[in-house]
Amino acid sequence: MKLYIKYDINEICKKILQEQLDRLSLSYVLLGYSEVEIKEDISNDKLKELHAGLNSYGIEVVESSKNILVQKIKDVIIEMIYENDKLPSSKISAYLADKISHSYGYIANVFAEVTYTSVENFIILHRIEFAKKLITIDELSFTEISHKLNYSSLAHFCTQFKNTTGLTPSAFKRIILKRREAALNNT
Amino acid sequence: MQNEPIHVLLADDDEDDRLFFSDAIKELKMNTVVNVVKDGQDLIDYLLQTDVTLPHVLFLDLNMPIKTGLECLKEIKNIDRLKNIAIAIYSTSASEKDIEETFIRGANVYIKKPSSFTSLKKVLSEVITLNWQYHTSGLDRNNFLLSL
Repeated sequence: MKLYIKYDINEICKKILQEQLDRLSLSYVLLGYSEVEIKEDISNDKLKELHAGLNSYGIEVVESSKNILVQKIKDVIIEMIYENDKLPSSKISAYLADKISHSYGYIANVFAEVTYTSVENFIILHRIEFAKKLITIDELSFTEISHKLNYSSLAHFCTQFKNTTGLTPSAFKRIILKRREAALNNT
Repeated sequence: MQNEPIHVLLADDDEDDRLFFSDAIKELKMNTVVNVVKDGQDLIDYLLQTDVTLPHVLFLDLNMPIKTGLECLKEIKNIDRLKNIAIAIYSTSASEKDIEETFIRGANVYIKKPSSFTSLKKVLSEVITLNWQYHTSGLDRNNFLLSL
């Protein structure tokens, strides 16, 4: 039997973080999804142990200030996309600049330098990724998905999906379903 | 700041295509390490070495002697250590049937080999940056499908 599951990545990461920090009996505060403030002086050995523990889960401690900034930008964008009510009424560039407290020009430059992609493309990519997730869960129609993601119309959604992936939403769905079928037949 | 290098591997039996590919990648303004292998058997042998750095993305020609791209795809997807490598099919054919077939078998990207150097650069840059987003932003690789 095969089960398909949904999960909340942020919740999982938070649990792992807490586990690892508790294991070293550190006193800390979690700030948002990707920031931890350690409330004590930490020895280099302990720090290394923490890095190693987190690394085994594919979690990396980012150190460069640019990396940190980029991580913050990504968090803001992801939150904006996945939590519908957080969609800003102002322009996205102004919203980011306000949330990150840097000029949008600076944000855009650092982002492109570190990720090789622009903020705009990143937003499109994540919206489409969210759409894919909804398609694979197979509970909403394409029209409902396009509303949920705030596209002005189904056509606009389909066009952006096709431009981003080279596939139409229905071709994407067909392929994912056939893959599942193939995986089921293999086991 | 120096980003971690992006490892790229190409499996293609055509020497000109291999050169064309490596040259195009070198011209992208990205920190990449490119390796090439010349057929399917060569590819599997390369990936099975214990001390090899696995590529972030593998560009796989479909039409190769000894072991075809499709056979390689099947083998790679059946090996636990290798099955998470992003695979970009790099082929002269662009039939809908080939495209869907390779996607269903686990390929992430399907590229019809471009004829001009400029379009090759553009396509490679798109694939590598997109793959990088999946690698660095915790996206679900199962949903990584791109047809170019």
